Amino acid sequence: MDAIIDNADLYWEGFTTTLSLAVVSGALALVLGTVLGAFRVSPIPPLRLAGAWYVETVRNTPLTVVFFFTVFVMPQVGIQVPFYSSAVVALTVYTAAFVCEAVRSGVNSVGVGQAEAARSIGLTFGQSLRHIILPQAFRTVIPPLINIFIALTKNTSVAGGFFVAELFNVGRRLSNSLSDQVPWVLLGVALFYLLITIPAGVLAGWAERKAAFAR
Amino acid sequence: MRFRRSTFAAGLAVAALTLSACGGGEDEPVTEVEESPEFEAGTTMAELAEADSITIGTKFDQPLFGLRGPSGDPEGFDVEIGKLIAAELGIEPENIEWVETVSANRESFIEEGRVDIVVATYTINDARKERVDFAGPYFVAGQTLLVLEENTDINGPEDLAGKTVCTVEGSTPAENIRENFPEAELSLTDAYGNCLEPLRNGQVDAVTTDNVILSGFVDQNPGEFKIVGEPFTEEPYGIGLQKGDDAFRDFINDVLEESYENGAWAEAWEKTAGTVLETPEPPAVDRY
Amino acid sequence: MSSVLYDEPGPRTRRLIQVGTVAGALVLAGVAAFVLVQFSSRGLFDADRWDIFVERTDVWEFLGRGLLATLQAAATGAVLAGVLAVVLAVLRMSRNGFVRRTTAVVIELFRGLPVVLLMLAGALLLPVSLFWAVVIGLTIYNAAVMGEILRAGILSLPKGQTEAAYAIGLTHFQTLRMILLPQAVRQMLPSLVSQLVVLLKDTSLGYIVGYLELLRSVQNLRDFFGNRYLFSVFFVAAAIYITVNFLVSRLAVLTERVLSRSRSGGGGDVAPVNLDEGTRDGGVDTRGGSAPTATSQSRSPGTRERQ
Repeated sequence: MDAIIDNADLYWEGFTTTLSLAVVSGALALVLGTVLGAFRVSPIPPLRLAGAWYVETVRNTPLTVVFFFTVFVMPQVGIQVPFYSSAVVALTVYTAAFVCEAVRSGVNSVGVGQAEAARSIGLTFGQSLRHIILPQAFRTVIPPLINIFIALTKNTSVAGGFFVAELFNVGRRLSNSLSDQVPWVLLGVALFYLLITIPAGVLAGWAERKAAFAR
Repeated sequence: MRFRRSTFAAGLAVAALTLSACGGGEDEPVTEVEESPEFEAGTTMAELAEADSITIGTKFDQPLFGLRGPSGDPEGFDVEIGKLIAAELGIEPENIEWVETVSANRESFIEEGRVDIVVATYTINDARKERVDFAGPYFVAGQTLLVLEENTDINGPEDLAGKTVCTVEGSTPAENIRENFPEAELSLTDAYGNCLEPLRNGQVDAVTTDNVILSGFVDQNPGEFKIVGEPFTEEPYGIGLQKGDDAFRDFINDVLEESYENGAWAEAWEKTAGTVLETPEPPAVDRY
Repeated sequence: MSSVLYDEPGPRTRRLIQVGTVAGALVLAGVAAFVLVQFSSRGLFDADRWDIFVERTDVWEFLGRGLLATLQAAATGAVLAGVLAVVLAVLRMSRNGFVRRTTAVVIELFRGLPVVLLMLAGALLLPVSLFWAVVIGLTIYNAAVMGEILRAGILSLPKGQTEAAYAIGLTHFQTLRMILLPQAVRQMLPSLVSQLVVLLKDTSLGYIVGYLELLRSVQNLRDFFGNRYLFSVFFVAAAIYITVNFLVSRLAVLTERVLSRSRSGGGGDVAPVNLDEGTRDGGVDTRGGSAPTATSQSRSPGTRERQ
């Protein structure tokens, strides 16, 4: 127990880093994923292809390998950013693929009648997407999106291996220096992760029920 | 409706599990392997000699000390020391099972008996003595800094204020920088190999760990990096073993002292780290 | 082609689409060319960064062994997670409120912890080999996710299935085992397979505890041959992972096709699966993802439990 109390400040630092990684990457992934989702349902073949190719590639690559590319290969093409930003880019690129798929199935779950009605009153593609389809799709997509966010929170742990001092890195540091209190150290790390993931999980369950009624 | 897919999946898993990889090692022994040595019954030495095999934990990613290539078995000074000990137990090098011990799992591997001994650039310190015992030291390293060849503004640890330093989380060098040079900013990863690219790109200003490990990197990347300053810590490398196994510890210490005398230690050094570094004087073993 | 988004295009739109196609293709080609030029100007395609893959056959053997270790851990983890997932799903649907709630808490806990943390805990605290530390980490997390997927699948089955099963005198447990679970597995196969891909990818986290799988092998190669090969070894690793996972996904699509042909007309509101461009269109594949509410092929699981 002492291991957690004595190092509360370290844990807190790790926790805030983990949380900020998750929130920043989550917001960016939401934007990028939505754009890609739009690519995938657009009538322009190369965009569809690009979207599909992106999702298939990224989704089948381990996150660790994605990290490797953003941390070690991006500087090779002249993009030099701090390690924290590399981690955000990796997490965003990876998570966007999942957001894209969620958005796409969300769009596909909107009734065709809705779109036909929108078109019949003369809305353009962009307008019907913005005013009719996306708002409905998003409501359906909320629960899976929360799940994606939970996954993202846990995925930030990979950043610990790539120069970002987040929660998992704190856990490794302490389990090494306090090698007689390893169980407590790891329990502390687990608790802080659950502090983010459990509320999000509860929220997901609630949103799922809401969405089910809103159909 | 029968549900056959699960049996199919189980069959697949069994097939996957029964597939086994073969590892081959081809190295010629440096020292004479003892012919059926005699040990007091009940000691670890007797058990190992009886079984004619030993499991040794070492690093697989440290040039010059314990580095594994694609051929399977690791190579380096730590590995040679391991072979010396095995030879005194009458165990041929090909009967040694090498296990990779990363920094984080060395103590637990020893405690749980997953390895018989650990020879893995393993610094002897008091926190670790709480959980394991050490024979040796068989080498004393010291922490230094690695910078780019053209760098002139870092000549020692006192120049690190406000600079970014890359090292491995959970290692003694990281703790040391935190304690003694808090002005330096640490970038932490899980393998020293990850530190080189950021150093090349200027994302970090220096890499810090034991001088011998850094020498390996200088050697691997000719003309790119240099080591600056004198070592500012002492890192005595010991051989980790089960806590309380005093007979075994004494035996290993005897083996080490003998190898200092008969030149086996020097030979092991010259074959490995000696290709890059001067041959040092072997340290006195500490029979605490 | 008409979809939810647009009608059959007319002549003008077709011309627009053609213009867009050319422009889009040019932009994409431009981006690809830029990256390639950047890489080659930094010498990433020089022969001396790639020669080990040609001159040394043992490199490929070594990578093969790493891949084998990855597949072994993934296969073992998948089987164990599958078994445990069924157990969790059954307990989660139990008629005993206490069992149901306890299981819900357990699932939530398992789902909320990073796999890599579970692996580290296994490696440091349990007297098991690294292989099992990795497998335990994979099993615990994926069983929770798959259990939720199965439950969602069961909830999406028409009520008539359960009622008919009770009517012929099956017990609650028999109904689950013989009627509901088999159908749920079939219904949720795309999501389950997506989860298998996630599991396979997660084996790569084993490198943190030092389990010698594909990624760890790649790092070993880099450390052995030097940083000059950094780009090439990881490029090869990414290619291997993508290929293997892509094959697993394709297998899923094929299985799905075979199954949807033989699907019993159960779910009245199950839309036909739309597999455009060869991607899995199943439950949303996320690492935390159960909730296949937003799919075109399964009904939302409604309320979590009767309250």
